[in-house]
Amino acid sequence: MPSILPARRTLLAVALLAPAAAVFGAFFLLPLARLFALGGGGAEGWGAYAAILVEPRYFESLIQTVLLSAGVTAVTLAISCVSGLFLVRNRFPGRSLLVAVLTFPLVFPGVVIGFMVIMLAGRQGLIGTVTEGLFGSRLVFAYSMAGLFLGYVYFSVPRVILTVMAAAEKLDPQLAEAARSLGASPWQVTAHVVLPALKPAFLSAGAICFATAMGAFGTAFTLATRIDVLPMLIYTEFTLQANIAMAAALSFVLGAVTWAVLALARSFAGSSVAAAG
Amino acid sequence: MAGGSRGPAFWGQLAFTLLVCLMLVSPIVLSLLAGVTQNYFVGIRSGVTLRWVEEVLRTYSGTILLSVQIAFACLACTLLLGVPAAYVLSRHQGRATRLVEELLVMPVAIPGLATALALIITYGGFGDFRRSWLFILVGHVLFTLPFMVRAVLAVMNSVDLATLEEGAASLGAGFVRRFFGVVLPNCMPGILAGSLMVVTLSIGEFNLTWLLHTPLGKTLPVGLADAYASLRIEIGSAYTLIFFVIIIPCLVLMQAVARRGAGSK
Repeated sequence: MPSILPARRTLLAVALLAPAAAVFGAFFLLPLARLFALGGGGAEGWGAYAAILVEPRYFESLIQTVLLSAGVTAVTLAISCVSGLFLVRNRFPGRSLLVAVLTFPLVFPGVVIGFMVIMLAGRQGLIGTVTEGLFGSRLVFAYSMAGLFLGYVYFSVPRVILTVMAAAEKLDPQLAEAARSLGASPWQVTAHVVLPALKPAFLSAGAICFATAMGAFGTAFTLATRIDVLPMLIYTEFTLQANIAMAAALSFVLGAVTWAVLALARSFAGSSVAAAG
Repeated sequence: MAGGSRGPAFWGQLAFTLLVCLMLVSPIVLSLLAGVTQNYFVGIRSGVTLRWVEEVLRTYSGTILLSVQIAFACLACTLLLGVPAAYVLSRHQGRATRLVEELLVMPVAIPGLATALALIITYGGFGDFRRSWLFILVGHVLFTLPFMVRAVLAVMNSVDLATLEEGAASLGAGFVRRFFGVVLPNCMPGILAGSLMVVTLSIGEFNLTWLLHTPLGKTLPVGLADAYASLRIEIGSAYTLIFFVIIIPCLVLMQAVARRGAGSK
């Protein structure tokens, strides 16, 4: 701006940014540095970080969490792709109601999602009642890895579907039109035109989904004590074992992994990507 | 797009989408019903009652009040910290501000559990601070600040702030006058969207809060986790019902604001 000298302008910017920077530095960057240092300050020293890969208990939990998150991401993307594209391409009575329903659980915290899973697949759950009526035995899987899987899909579908729909609506309809006029079948149009064009959206939505599933704690906490995903392991190490150094090392690694996944996706997809919940 | 062809593909996808909707909605409906049912094991036949809701309000009203208090304090903090920060990020686009933006998003990218642990390790020794609700507030501000900054920044970047401000400056308006008279009114939609987001997220926050809370300072989601773990399903449901009553207006308002924003473009 010509009316303000550059030096004054910079000074003003620094002054306006200072409160946020001070809070952020004191309550986030400093604690994070302390977390990292403490992770290496336990009985095993910096070996605590190595133990995550060497000690079976930690390594298995890490692998389990990664596999669970990857599975949740794949299933959520598949569901959101089918339903999201369907809702963008078709107009029919009741469509906006379906969209509203699909985005409704967007603001549920992890604990409430856990309770929703109990309502679906718990001891007095809907799935149990239906299977008892049909086959004579109650199917109850809320309090296991399968329950957690269901919970994370429940949590992720609204987010991912919104991203897919927003991206699909921006798609130039002439592209699909051109492919069709050249003789492509609906399936070919989807596979060769629509899906490649939606790749950035899938990438960023998938990364958010993966990172959120890696770090989510509320759902696992509500469902059971016997699910050893990484956040639950950190919690047990911290509270029950009082192994604070190990808990710190595990948290730091978990944070580094989710941050790296999101940063990587952002550099590929270009848009702003961040986990939620 | 033209939807003339209603072949088996259409009906197949519709059925699939309905199934997904059913998965999402049925537990919500069930828990709403369970919250007002005398005995969930027997079913709704056992009668409709508000006694579970009353019991929750009697036992847990403290958690509801604390959550609302923290949410509004968090809103005040994110407004004071976030709006000036967004202004700087919008007016000075360069390497340094991109780095600041990147850093600010980190508390959302890193799991709340890790952030909470880091806070406890660093400030857990300050007893009075550790025990007060301000400790939870700090966590919530870290987690929600990026959402405020991003919502405000999006609107600031879509209106031509530089030209507007230059116009005001040429008429002799100083910075303070420009900021309150030109900048703020022009990015109101962003501030509104960000505020709703911050309040909604703060009320539902659990990942950080579970480690940061003390037995005397429980928020609504912490109380919910307690109720789910130890009390009968009707009470958990009634508590969830109360949570829905608080959170759903936030969601509806948020979507209305988003729609209006999209419509005015």
